[in-house]
Amino acid sequence: MKRLITRERLPILATSIVCLGLYLLSGFNFEGFFSLRVAFNFLTDNAFLGIIAVGLTFVILTGGIDLSVGAMVGLSGILVAFLVDSKHWNPIAAMAIALGCGAVLGLMHGYLIAKFELAPFLVTLAGLFLCRGLALWISKASIQIKDPLMTDMASFHVGLPGGASLSLSSILFIAVLLIAIYASRQTTFGRAVFAIGGGKQSAVLMGLRVPQTLILVYMLSGVCSALGGIVFAIYTSSGNAIGGTGMELDAIAAVVVGGTLLSGGYGSILGTFLGVLILAIIQTAITFQGTLSSWWTKIAIGTLLLIFMLMQRGIVKATERTTA
Amino acid sequence: MVALDQVDFTVQPGEVHALMGENGAGKSTLIKVMTGVYPADKGSIRLAGQEICPTSPSDATRLGISTVYQEVNLAPNLSVAENICLGREPKGWSGIRWREVRKRADQALARLSVSIDTGRALGSYSVAIQQMAAIARALDVQAKVLVLDEPTSSLDAAEVQQLFEAINRLKAEGMGIVFVTHFLDQVYAISDWMTILRNGRKVAEGATKDITRTDLVKHMIGREMSSDEAHPKAPESSALQSPPLLTAQSLNRKGAITNLDVSIGAGEVLGLAGLLGSGRSESVRLFFGCDRLDSGKLEVDGKGVHGWSSSDAIRAGFGYCPEDRKTSGIVPELSVRENIVLVLQSRRGWLRSIPRKRQADLAQRMVAQLNIATTDIEKPVQFLSGGNQQKALLARWLLTEPRLLLLDEPTRGIDVGAKQEIMNLVEDLRGKGMSFVFVSSELAEVVRTCRKVAVLRDRRMVETLTGSEITEERIMATIAEVSH
Repeated sequence: MKRLITRERLPILATSIVCLGLYLLSGFNFEGFFSLRVAFNFLTDNAFLGIIAVGLTFVILTGGIDLSVGAMVGLSGILVAFLVDSKHWNPIAAMAIALGCGAVLGLMHGYLIAKFELAPFLVTLAGLFLCRGLALWISKASIQIKDPLMTDMASFHVGLPGGASLSLSSILFIAVLLIAIYASRQTTFGRAVFAIGGGKQSAVLMGLRVPQTLILVYMLSGVCSALGGIVFAIYTSSGNAIGGTGMELDAIAAVVVGGTLLSGGYGSILGTFLGVLILAIIQTAITFQGTLSSWWTKIAIGTLLLIFMLMQRGIVKATERTTA
Repeated sequence: MVALDQVDFTVQPGEVHALMGENGAGKSTLIKVMTGVYPADKGSIRLAGQEICPTSPSDATRLGISTVYQEVNLAPNLSVAENICLGREPKGWSGIRWREVRKRADQALARLSVSIDTGRALGSYSVAIQQMAAIARALDVQAKVLVLDEPTSSLDAAEVQQLFEAINRLKAEGMGIVFVTHFLDQVYAISDWMTILRNGRKVAEGATKDITRTDLVKHMIGREMSSDEAHPKAPESSALQSPPLLTAQSLNRKGAITNLDVSIGAGEVLGLAGLLGSGRSESVRLFFGCDRLDSGKLEVDGKGVHGWSSSDAIRAGFGYCPEDRKTSGIVPELSVRENIVLVLQSRRGWLRSIPRKRQADLAQRMVAQLNIATTDIEKPVQFLSGGNQQKALLARWLLTEPRLLLLDEPTRGIDVGAKQEIMNLVEDLRGKGMSFVFVSSELAEVVRTCRKVAVLRDRRMVETLTGSEITEERIMATIAEVSH
């Protein structure tokens, strides 16, 4: 007989329960919270964070970390805004350049980490400074995007029944999510990511292409964060060099709350999606509440993060006991 | 140094070939050459008549030589099925076909007659099952040769039996199996043929049924009989009448040693003899309080002790020179002087530092006494030869004037002259009433140094020999005896 509740599924189950519980709790307390419009706004308002967190999930699954994602949001946003508005480039070309930047930065990270066995924390910290510096070098002031194609993108919606609508950002987010779920479950690359997280040395001895996989993982994270930056720029209709400051930490929080172990090997993209939703629900609930300051969001997330870490530690300990 | 010297090694299809030898005999090197970890300087590898040249373990696997290591090298976080197929999963239009992965895993495990839920994480199973999964993974690539490198070290008896059944099934299918182990019983239980290595050379090869246990042990550890075989035995120490310094009564520690029953009196040298992995070092660690006892009684000066720890041992006047002086003894960057005064200083507490002048005097005295060859006591100890490093380590403990010194392989990897000096030193100090536990893979050294020898086999103490019973022949025979 197959069991639905297994030890491996415990984190994702816990995340689901917390997500559902918070949603119901907020829904019963605040008028209008249950509307489809609010639900789809979760997607639109957090699309950039979600896209970044998905890329970061792959990195964390290998046991690594990418601190440069927030800075990449700033760089890619200001780059697109600058090229489109000051240099009058075609927006599509500008976005392609931004995505290329993300890929190149990720390639550099991955190469240094895989070939020279440098610590991911430090390599991507250097990347963070590099991106932020480059972004400020392009423009210290924020740049308003007035290009008609870009404003069209910002207001693009697919209408849904019940007054809800799907924005371009949320469509992109969903697309990234689906591709990532497929890649993590159904491809050799995705499984190699998990195997590396389970033990790098073993992965090498099993004949997996560890360096190539690592490089690809960091490139993926770079491209995702660049895409997140583009979505952020569309969402805010501007580019800002200091945009996305601290966003790497929100993304890490979403990934960990989503049940992915920071030491790698265990976790899922779906979990990260739920993690992003949890952050979104907390944020929205505090907005609905009206009297609490927005800093309560941070306090709630911090508390939740702590609880999840303790829970994961408990699960790991329990697993060790049964195998010992 | 040549790790392997002109060794020929042939595995027939459908044969279990045991590769035997003590530490440093060249077993691991031979396996690493076969599996592409190291290149051979000279010579060739042929698989089914075809010359091959594996460049990495994964390359060797592709060619048909798979290795299963003592430590399972799989991903504990993934399912058993996935571990078996990882990297070569069957794929369809929608990516990996998980149903087929499960089917293939079940098939590979069925060949080993293992039936488990392959959907569960590998890490949730016992080491034995994990090892089976590793073997199943090797089967899934159609290995022609399977190398099992000490696969039984962490298995219990029933699990070993299960592994052997699997090996026999594979043998019947015509696979060539290389089996490395330290357990003599297992070699005779499973292997058809054996190759014995010693110091990088092949010393013997033949059908397992034609090689007696005594011959096997002799080939592994016995030396060619030499002139210093018959040496004068010092008379039995008169100090034996005083209460023993240390008494061990049926000490047990799971996975380390069972049934250890010895006593050491003042002015006595207790030898621990046995093959590598027989529990020698583990016993010494118990004496020094490095590991906890599962059961048994330890008495020091006739009084039972509980929760014996290393600091208790040091307080009782014990000293311990561990097996691997590079990693757990010498501090390579510190000077000869600093290394020598280390324990004495830590005993006084770091607040009451020994004056520099006194340190130098003490170090100088030990250097002279033990004849440590160094130009200067301020020289970092890493620049000394192995033998002199070992002597510096001895000096460190001798300064504390220990009552009992535990020496685990004090003569390994040092030159003949230094070996002699260390053994002479032990003899001298013994005469002055100091006690020793002496562990050595060189039987001749044990015979020469000790007046009491505990013989260990497969992590169990089997006999204590004293006085004239202590001969190389007798020790080897005891090690080789069939255990019941």
